[in-house]
Amino acid sequence: MTNPAPVGAVEELPRDKVERFGRELDAVVKRYPPDRKAAAMLPALRIGQEIFGYCSPAVQKLAAERLGVSPARAEEVATFYVMFHTRPLGRHLVEICTNVSCCLTGGERIFEHLKAKLGVENGGTTPDGRITLREVECLGSCGTAPAMLLDEREMIERIDVRKVDEIVGGLK
Amino acid sequence: MSETLILTARWGKPNSAALETYRQDGGYQALDKALGMDPAAIVEEVKKSNLRGRGGAGFATGLKWTFLPKDVRPRYLTINADESEPGTFKDRYIIEHDPHQLIEGIAITCWALDIHLCYVYIRGEFPRQARILEEAIEEARAAGVIGKRLLGKKDFDLDVHVHRGAGAYICGEESALLESLEGKKGYPRLKPPFPAVVGLWGKPTIINNVETIANVPWIVANGGEAFAALGSGKTGGTRLFGVSGHVNRPGVYEKPAAYNLKRLIMEDCGGIPGGRKVKAVIPGGSSSPVLRGDEIDISLEVDAVKAAGSMSGSGGVIVFDDSTCMVRALARIAKFYAEESCGQCTPCREGTSWMEGIVEKIEHGHGTAADVDKLEQLAGNIGGNTICALGDAAAMPVQSFVKKFRDEFLRHTVERRCPFGETGWGLDQTSRPALVGAVRY
Ligand SMILES: Cc1cc2nc3c(=O)[nH]c(=O)nc-3n(C[C@H](O)[C@H](O)[C@H](O)COP(=O)(O)O)c2cc1C
Ligand code: SF4
Ligand code: FES
Repeated sequence: MTNPAPVGAVEELPRDKVERFGRELDAVVKRYPPDRKAAAMLPALRIGQEIFGYCSPAVQKLAAERLGVSPARAEEVATFYVMFHTRPLGRHLVEICTNVSCCLTGGERIFEHLKAKLGVENGGTTPDGRITLREVECLGSCGTAPAMLLDEREMIERIDVRKVDEIVGGLK
Repeated sequence: MSETLILTARWGKPNSAALETYRQDGGYQALDKALGMDPAAIVEEVKKSNLRGRGGAGFATGLKWTFLPKDVRPRYLTINADESEPGTFKDRYIIEHDPHQLIEGIAITCWALDIHLCYVYIRGEFPRQARILEEAIEEARAAGVIGKRLLGKKDFDLDVHVHRGAGAYICGEESALLESLEGKKGYPRLKPPFPAVVGLWGKPTIINNVETIANVPWIVANGGEAFAALGSGKTGGTRLFGVSGHVNRPGVYEKPAAYNLKRLIMEDCGGIPGGRKVKAVIPGGSSSPVLRGDEIDISLEVDAVKAAGSMSGSGGVIVFDDSTCMVRALARIAKFYAEESCGQCTPCREGTSWMEGIVEKIEHGHGTAADVDKLEQLAGNIGGNTICALGDAAAMPVQSFVKKFRDEFLRHTVERRCPFGETGWGLDQTSRPALVGAVRY
């Protein structure tokens, strides 16, 4: 690296996790032609985010290094997509769809309810670091609206206020 | 009427996603047939079938395939499973319930077009669907269906991989999709050249929607003419219509391509909750111009919807009952496009956020009649002046909502508030059991 980074040099990342990152990335890189490794930038950042918690500058640099592209390229990607987080989130990410089909079936009401209940604004994290709440665009579940995404892993459909209270209440 | 179900026949059956189930149902026999055919003859059948792209633009699939330059190799196939157009939720069910039908479609397409590598670009918010598809691909590979030799006998290798997106509507646009697949941010490319000529890694690339390609095995098995006969005019086959919003039975319905929109809503979907009236319908995803409740007695065939002043787009039908505030609905749609504009072109970047701001202002009772005119004017200036079609997609809802519901916009400015208040999203905002799967017609 030429410039000293303000935060997050690759060396600061825990060794064992960096090794795990390398193993998981190697498995994915195989999907692309040998001279097109850079194509694995999205999977690389996703793996990095899963292992290190968020896409810190160090994670971006690590991904760039392994794929043979500039750190600027990794940063460009990390900041473009809404599923990459360049800052730490709460332990859980609760995302409520407020696009049209969801609002026609109560999505906005649910989102407002959660904001009030958790005392956070859109994108905010509860003071205990338990939950980050975010409003998202159409999740492709409009026929089973309203929909939410939990921790970017689990799509939960046909939600209502009671159901989200239960879900949110059960998050540690 | 006949009961031909091309895409949903196996939905909901036990283990419908398993290779075994698919095979028992005659799966991969079309591939076997295709391998005995001249590749050019397969392209001919697809042309004859009147298969048109199900991703939104409705472009003739067979014709698109002929745009590949003759002598350039490698060529690639990419399947668009980004499914991010608000109101659209069909491709995910193909993947969930019947991934092998898609894989067979991919294999036949690749054989027909001499392609040896295919990526399925699936939106990041579909982790479960991505896993199902990866497992199905793995199963097909292990069984020798794809891999070194197609069906274990043809000396033709094919690899298929899943590439997950990470949250960006614009990556559904085909050239942004390619950028994203190359590991970059999703900035659409200037066209021409079109992807069929200069695509992934600069090589000729065919991009088709999931539903489009899932039809290919049936076309090969039954012939292009039989497929064309299921539809009408220049649109062949059946289509998956996803109906959402204020209907009693939301869900995905497989219907002939020229099915009647009103019948779909009032009969198949059981009409409107509480017996209320239809105020408006968006017939093909949020980008398609809105229709008034009295304009929905039309065929959903691509050119028929165009003649009615809208687009059948992605088949995502959104229904609004007469208790909904159309200004509020447009405000949400305008916000979506402002959020999702990639920002490369000034008219789109600035126009979408101006439009959002003005609709919001009107909705909150701070707008004037001049703002309503301004909105139309702004929308008129975006269309046609941009790198990709997102600019038009953002302008069309604004133009159509204002044109068809001008009174309601003006009422907001006269009363200086939203006349619907708390109930702008409708009197009844209850989620109803969805019907997902085969519906007989
Ligand atoms: C802003 C924008 C978003 C799009 N999103 C999708 C999408 O989510 N899925 C899709 O299949 N096509 C989408 N399209 C259309 C694609 O660009 C392309 O036309 C399509 O994938 C081609 O496949 P088809 O001919 O089989 O429809 C989008 C287009 C635009 C302009
Ligand atoms: S029209 Fe909008 S989304 Fe498309 S390239 Fe231009 S700025 Fe980006
Ligand atoms: S509008 Fe919420 S999932 Fe489509």
